Amino acid sequence: MKSALIALTLVVAFGVALAAAQDAGQIKTSKGSAQIERSGQKLPATVGQVVHQGDVLVTGADGSVGITFRDNSLVSIGPDSVLAIDRFVFDSTTHQGAFESSLKQGTLAVVSGKLAKQSPESMKVRTPAAILGVRGTEFLVRTGPKD
Amino acid sequence: MALLALTGCATRNDFYVLLPGKGPSPGALTVTSGNETHTLDQPYAAARVSRPGSVSGEKTSEAEVRQTFGPALAAQPARPVSFYLYFLQDTDEFAPESKQVVSQLFAEIARRPAPEIVVIGHTDRVGSVPYNDALSLRRAERVRDELVKLGIPRARISVAGRGEREPEVPTADEVAEPRNRRVEINVR
Repeated sequence: MKSALIALTLVVAFGVALAAAQDAGQIKTSKGSAQIERSGQKLPATVGQVVHQGDVLVTGADGSVGITFRDNSLVSIGPDSVLAIDRFVFDSTTHQGAFESSLKQGTLAVVSGKLAKQSPESMKVRTPAAILGVRGTEFLVRTGPKD
Repeated sequence: MALLALTGCATRNDFYVLLPGKGPSPGALTVTSGNETHTLDQPYAAARVSRPGSVSGEKTSEAEVRQTFGPALAAQPARPVSFYLYFLQDTDEFAPESKQVVSQLFAEIARRPAPEIVVIGHTDRVGSVPYNDALSLRRAERVRDELVKLGIPRARISVAGRGEREPEVPTADEVAEPRNRRVEINVR
């Protein structure tokens, strides 16, 4: 009985979205206005939604989103932000691959994962004004024109 | 005005910060704009880019960071957590003490939004790299099957075989080491 209850609780907790190996990551937190732009379509950026290479995450004035990637990189954006996931490749045996993203505007918080730990050059973050190199670290980015 | 438009983002409000992190060292972040590169390698070291090609270093603080990055930091997903099961040598049989780990695992899964489970097999260095890759994957699949029997949806679990690449205890090649024959269950 107890184990059946645990099983049922888990099924509810897992919800409907199912992960597949080729997914880049999954949304774990979402607040306010937050969308995924994918192939010209806009999808709500809800908890459990998968994120693909090529997706662009967009938040409104009250929005924020947090994503856990397959290499355990943790990436979150604050309000009025635009983040493009340009490239994500991860080999779970060798930990080789690439994670490239672009913060077009707004704020970004990153805890780097297995890719950056395996080889520092595999993780790159771009902004309109700079390119960042990541050596196994936690960091923050704000980018935008001066008011 | 036309010149401003031509040069694009002429004046910027860009700010880059290295956080202390949870590890023994904060690591490092390089900020490159045009021909200038600035390396941040101390906690709360920061860089500003006020126009493309110009990077200046400074020091910030936890309070300033909270003010500027509060919502982005609040949106960070929970850190992944790993549990470990150990194996008898050259087999995919559990060591007996591994069974208690399962209840801790279930508690962790239950308190996460949209939980995912990654089962990662590891071996010691007895045997070749390809042999250990296969063995580690087999161990991971074995644990995955057990977790499915316990009620975790199969589609929520992915498996990986790390072989002998990530020992808990580093050893010379061909050394039997029980602490390296393990399966890691990473919950995220």
